[in-house]
Amino acid sequence: MLKLHYNLEKISMGLVAAIILAASVGGIVEIAPLFTIDETVELPDDLRPHTPLELAGREIYIREGCYACHSQMVRSLADELDRYGPYSLASESAYDHPMLWGSKRTGPDLARLGEKYSDAWHVAHLINPRDVVPASIMPSYPWLTRSLDTELLSPSLATLARLGVPYDEAMIAAADADAAAQSRPDSDAMDGFIERYGERPAARDFDGDPSRLTEMDAVVAYLQSLGTLTDAPYQILTEGGQ
Amino acid sequence: MTASLTVAERRIGLLISILLALMGLVMAAAAGHGVMSLHGFMALALGLGLAFILGGSLYEAEAPADRLSRYYDAPTRFGISMTLIWAMIGMAVGVWVAALLYWPEGTPAWPATSFGRLRPVHTTGIIFGFGGNALIATSFHVLQRTSRARLADSVSPWAVLIGYNLFCVWAVTGYMLGSTQSKEYAEAEWYADIWLVVIWVTYFVLYLRTLARRNEPHIYVANWYYLAFILVVAMLHIVNNLALPVQWTSAESFPIWAGVQDAMVQWWYGHNAVAFFLTSGFLGMLYYFLPVRSGRPIWSYRLSIVSFWGIVFFYIWVGSHHLHYTALPFWAQTLGMTFSIMLLVPSWASAGNAIATLNGAWHKVRDDATLRFMFVAAVFYGLSTFEGSFLAIRPVNSLSHYTDWTVGHVHSGTLGWVAMIVFGAIYTIVPQLSGKTDMASATAVEWHFWLAVSGTLIYVISMWNAGITQGLMWRAYEENGALSYSFVESVEAMAPYYLLRTIGGGLFLAGAVICAWNCRVTMRRAVGHATDRPLVAQPAE
Ligand code: HEC
Repeated sequence: MLKLHYNLEKISMGLVAAIILAASVGGIVEIAPLFTIDETVELPDDLRPHTPLELAGREIYIREGCYACHSQMVRSLADELDRYGPYSLASESAYDHPMLWGSKRTGPDLARLGEKYSDAWHVAHLINPRDVVPASIMPSYPWLTRSLDTELLSPSLATLARLGVPYDEAMIAAADADAAAQSRPDSDAMDGFIERYGERPAARDFDGDPSRLTEMDAVVAYLQSLGTLTDAPYQILTEGGQ
Repeated sequence: MTASLTVAERRIGLLISILLALMGLVMAAAAGHGVMSLHGFMALALGLGLAFILGGSLYEAEAPADRLSRYYDAPTRFGISMTLIWAMIGMAVGVWVAALLYWPEGTPAWPATSFGRLRPVHTTGIIFGFGGNALIATSFHVLQRTSRARLADSVSPWAVLIGYNLFCVWAVTGYMLGSTQSKEYAEAEWYADIWLVVIWVTYFVLYLRTLARRNEPHIYVANWYYLAFILVVAMLHIVNNLALPVQWTSAESFPIWAGVQDAMVQWWYGHNAVAFFLTSGFLGMLYYFLPVRSGRPIWSYRLSIVSFWGIVFFYIWVGSHHLHYTALPFWAQTLGMTFSIMLLVPSWASAGNAIATLNGAWHKVRDDATLRFMFVAAVFYGLSTFEGSFLAIRPVNSLSHYTDWTVGHVHSGTLGWVAMIVFGAIYTIVPQLSGKTDMASATAVEWHFWLAVSGTLIYVISMWNAGITQGLMWRAYEENGALSYSFVESVEAMAPYYLLRTIGGGLFLAGAVICAWNCRVTMRRAVGHATDRPLVAQPAE
């Protein structure tokens, strides 16, 4: 063995090949099966992708680095179930490019946040967290009241569709209009929105200012959608409880 | 830079600079507005600046004729300067974000400097800026000395260093402007990622070409580690960053991976960034500078072989320990945990080998602060790898994960191990490259040492307390079955630890500033080149 190594040390390409070989095994064994086994690729029937407005909110969540302080992954531990709700399933984030499971909880987990608070609470909290939670150390985000830039919305949906997220041609074409419609449910565009996304996504004036479509609309729509894209985790919990 | 290049090399450099400027121009024009266009202008400015310097030097004196009989150290000197600049930037931003957690309204609520955007500036500034420059700079030094040959050419080392720093600047300015992939330690957007691949290939080719010219039959251990660093980081970087840009003319992109597969790929990358960026290359540093500085050969050759292959093979498996109790399949979590525990063997073999090497030189460790830096690095390497294996055990992880314990663990590795070994290497190299025997101020090195050690200890101990407190508060129940604490109560309990951590980080930063000053003075008073030489004068190619 030592002798073999003694010789290997003299051949640089030999070392290179050996390193690549040794460093490949683990990754292949752990990653490749995830693309085939049922546990990770079977999706619940009712799973829906994010609406354009929610997607825009998600991009802002990423831009601001909210994921640095918030996880979106409830672990299967008793206290987490009691604190946050049913544990997270792999299928819930199947359309998430990238996933936002997070790695640090400076603030609480957000996987089950949807409809926990009112829109107004979120708006006030994001503008200045300490107005609603005095001991909070979360940053203020007063600039979220600016207008939402929808320029990349339609190409974003198209890109995700190419990666396998179920957005169809009509959804891609109407992305801008649907984003606006979701925050102004009394407008004419609402019919088209419902036709494409159904009645399930919450549609309302999220930021309390009907005159403009803002980044706040998008972020709050996204936060209110967390944990509501499928019922599967809740069903498992009730089945388990029986 | 230019004085060490021949006129022909300056011409090649000029050509590359013009190409860089053109690339920048195309990027800026195609994107039109936004981050990508700004980054295009940065490349344009850098290319033009370099073209001016190189163009202006075309008619200056030729490089000295005897240069091929010397090692090529100018790039190393530049790399060390960049290391120190990034150390100060990265650590200062670290102290800043630490302070924001204690004092959230300490700095105005501006988008560019809000916590979530500064945090990747800190991590990228430290890992890639500080760590990466240190690795590249020292690898050039070690590669030449252990091969007893000069670098294979004089242009590509500059291309690697300057191109690499352009990547770092693109990355951190991008985050501040809101451009990020959100993948931890791989936040830079797609074009920056492609750029890094180009740089990395240049680096690898330079490494192999220089190895091919070696005058020693064997490739020394340190080079195995540097090679593993270069190769595996390339593999991780490419796979984890595969993404589809929304348009070729904007920075936004979507990773091709989603959900649980993305999580696995991300932490396969994330933990092996620790392994192959923050461990392997720095072990290369340790295996060279520790014997050199202590004047003693590596204790066991056999142990170094075992630990090298153990690290290369085992590490790749452990990433899934970041995903215990999550939606990742159970078997994958178990594999991650098992290999994490086994990893302790090669890790401690390396740490033990380093410490045993010092046996017989303890009086030097006592008297020489530089060697003490390396000794402390080896000790912290041993401690944090033990802690790492421990935290990977599923029930332990249920308490520690998502808490500040992880942050403490990472910093015992980065401050205690990575930064300490870098400082040890810098204090060895800088005088040598300046033609001197010692740093300008020995007292300053002593001060730096004690600031660094106390800063690390304060940081790590406060984060242990913070993390364990958090973990216990989150899972505490009343007798009636209700949770004892609201989340915000656990946030409030963190305040004293967050303050202490900021102070610890501040001490460490102060040490780094002293180091930068000391190196600057030493380099300014340089009296010549390094005195050691390649084995035989290389014939001009
Ligand atoms: C510095 C870390 C930090 C960052 C960055 C951060 N938060 Fe928070 N967040 C907290 C803390 C701490 C709390 C708990 C105190 C409170 O409710 O404000 C919290 C609470 C929350 C809550 C309430 C959750 C609940 O169940 O009570 C929401 C919603 C939230 N954050 C959203 C966000 C969004 C959206 C972003 C990005 C725009 C963000 N946070 C960025 C630290 C952070």
